[in-house]
Amino acid sequence: MPEIAWREALNQALSEEMERDVNVFLMGEEVARYNGAYKVSQGLLDKFGSARVVDAPISELGFAGLGVGAAMVGLRPVIEMMTWNFAILAMDQIVNNAAKLRHMAGGQLRCPIVFRGPNGAGGRLSSQHSQSLEANYAHFPGLKIFAPSTPADAKGLLKAAIRDDNPSIFLEAELLYGMKGEVPTGEHVLPIGKAALKREGKDATIITWSRMYYFAEQAAQMLEKEGIHVDLLDLRTLKPLDEEAILASVRKTNRAVVVEEGWSFCGVGAQIADIIQEQAFDDLDAPVERVTGLDVNRSYAAVLEKATEVSAERIVAGVKKVMYREEGN
Amino acid sequence: MATEIQLPALSPTMTEGKIVKWLKKEGESISSGEAIAEVETDKSNLEVEAFDDGVLLKILVPEGETGKVGAPIAVIGQKGEKVEASAPPAKAATPAPAAASAAPTPPAKPAPKPAPPGPEARREMPQPEERAQKPGGPAQVVPIRRAEEPAPPAAEENGRLRASPLAKRMARDEGLDLAAVQGSGPSGRIVKRDVEAAIGQAGQAAAVARAPAPAGRPAPAPVPTFGRREPEVLPISGMRKIISQRMAEVKPGVPHFYVTVDIEMEEAAKLREQAKAAEVKVSFNDLIVKAAALALRRQPKVNVSIQGDRILQFHTADVGIAVAIEDGLITPVIRDADQKSLGTIAAESRELAERARRKALKPEEYSGGSITVSNLGMFGVDSFIAVINPPQASIVAVGAVSEKAVVREGKVVARKMMSATFSGDHRIVDGALGAQYLQELKALLEQPTKLLF
Repeated sequence: MPEIAWREALNQALSEEMERDVNVFLMGEEVARYNGAYKVSQGLLDKFGSARVVDAPISELGFAGLGVGAAMVGLRPVIEMMTWNFAILAMDQIVNNAAKLRHMAGGQLRCPIVFRGPNGAGGRLSSQHSQSLEANYAHFPGLKIFAPSTPADAKGLLKAAIRDDNPSIFLEAELLYGMKGEVPTGEHVLPIGKAALKREGKDATIITWSRMYYFAEQAAQMLEKEGIHVDLLDLRTLKPLDEEAILASVRKTNRAVVVEEGWSFCGVGAQIADIIQEQAFDDLDAPVERVTGLDVNRSYAAVLEKATEVSAERIVAGVKKVMYREEGN
Repeated sequence: MATEIQLPALSPTMTEGKIVKWLKKEGESISSGEAIAEVETDKSNLEVEAFDDGVLLKILVPEGETGKVGAPIAVIGQKGEKVEASAPPAKAATPAPAAASAAPTPPAKPAPKPAPPGPEARREMPQPEERAQKPGGPAQVVPIRRAEEPAPPAAEENGRLRASPLAKRMARDEGLDLAAVQGSGPSGRIVKRDVEAAIGQAGQAAAVARAPAPAGRPAPAPVPTFGRREPEVLPISGMRKIISQRMAEVKPGVPHFYVTVDIEMEEAAKLREQAKAAEVKVSFNDLIVKAAALALRRQPKVNVSIQGDRILQFHTADVGIAVAIEDGLITPVIRDADQKSLGTIAAESRELAERARRKALKPEEYSGGSITVSNLGMFGVDSFIAVINPPQASIVAVGAVSEKAVVREGKVVARKMMSATFSGDHRIVDGALGAQYLQELKALLEQPTKLLF
């Protein structure tokens, strides 16, 4: 299997789906002539022409709405947000239209649209450009939320999202675009709503998604050296959520640590913790621990930014806490 | 700094103890490991040993008075040190603070959190193995913990037990009483590893002292094995579960049933005479103990114990003998009575009974056992029924051996007869099984040469 970067994996998915279905088109800021702010759409303009790879003006609400309208009448738009921070401007189209049209039209309308772009910290981009916004979209019924970690999953799930008849929020991690991994060539479509068990261990379950997977993997390696073996669950999609995989693992290990780049308050991890306490209460040997970004705005200052981010060390501490292995316990 | 000495739990069931005698006077110096007081527990008189060097500054519980387990009984410290009268004397009637310091505490430093006396007492209980290693004496020496040491957090606070949901479920499944488990999690929370450890210990030794179970349910008692083969947990059939529930409904607690049989003791009497001629003193009771043990081997289904929701199958045949002592009775146990010669059993039971009367038995000598033999023959009692000593599942009550008119081959003849009544715990033993056990017992005693091989 060839090793390619995340951005290339996304590019393959887009290219393959545009070849496969003439109704698929890409629109966003700088996606055409500039080949994408993060070079995800490299070469697509040349390949598919300006009718299907469309540069939009800086008007998120506008082109998101244009996409929703196109989806309503049968096209399959992929709307690139330069970052999810900018998509906040398009919230009304995403949550009030895309997420609700099928319901409000009594099933007569479909909205097969993908909103995609980088989410989370980018490294010293300060508070307005470092947000992890999955919890915002996960809150609304009607949206599917994708947050893969590996290039292969990125390809397989983006293809699945494009083919799905519902509006999808596809979260990429800015800091992962250059990361390489083995990606199957050609047709590679993953089921939506299936988590990947990346590591198996009996002592605790780490549940995470997107870029945090790599922090969790690093933490798992550190824990291994101390004889602690974890189940590491990469959710890949947040909605639908693979509750079965979460509960099966927690029932086995009796302890859960949910790792989330975003803030703790009303985070996706809070929902996961709730599901665990509700459905696996009698299996829990410790309260569900959450390792999240601290509940403050991200700083531009490197030291301050680092201080508020999730780290492998904090995940290790979280696992030890649920195992009552902390000092003083 | 002056520190308090707390009354340790010297037996699994001890909740308070009477100071029989102070072996040290106020002002006398004490070295670590020295016995300082003799305490009468619910079972025996035992010695309390000091943990530190120092001077016995003050006796808080005078001779003849009773202190609660975990409550201060004395203060030790440096010579000439003053003792604040802050610590209330630990009378049994008043709930005593477990870890209040006798010395003035600097206001900046918070006093150690007082631990409830219950779990504290359980924690204090030494392992039977440890006790066994100590030289045997009239009284046994148990180290005590200094009151000022911060107590490990107790899981029980204001009557609420802190345990993880998983720990609770595991305890429920295993029939384990969580109140007896020391929690190692935050604030003393009982977590999986604590329950696992407790389950491991329960089969191994008497170390897991079960707390009195709430709402009148009899507390499952520990099962000591003294390094021998552990009892195994038997699967409980649906029928057994229902019988057990129904019997306990009708007769709450340990639902007893009784089966009586008459045993001819002619041959047994002859065997005694022969032993006497060989200068071995063997009593009828010794024969009965051996027969009771062998009958357990022949009817292993009687050799069980119910521990909460679990049925334990013993692989040892330990027989308790009820010994009447001043103010009550105690049942020292003859271990592996099935494997011991009548001479050994005779010597052991004499020695145990003698020490029982002096209240000098060690806890491991009167714990455990599969069955008890209770004999009131010496009082001329023909027959009686006895109450089971939990967690044992049965007891045999035997009366006097006396000549009775019986019919043999159509003729009324005089024969030495003895009545034996089996009491069984109907939750796990049934009438037919009790009868079969008595059949074995009868056969062994009527042909007592079987007891020799």
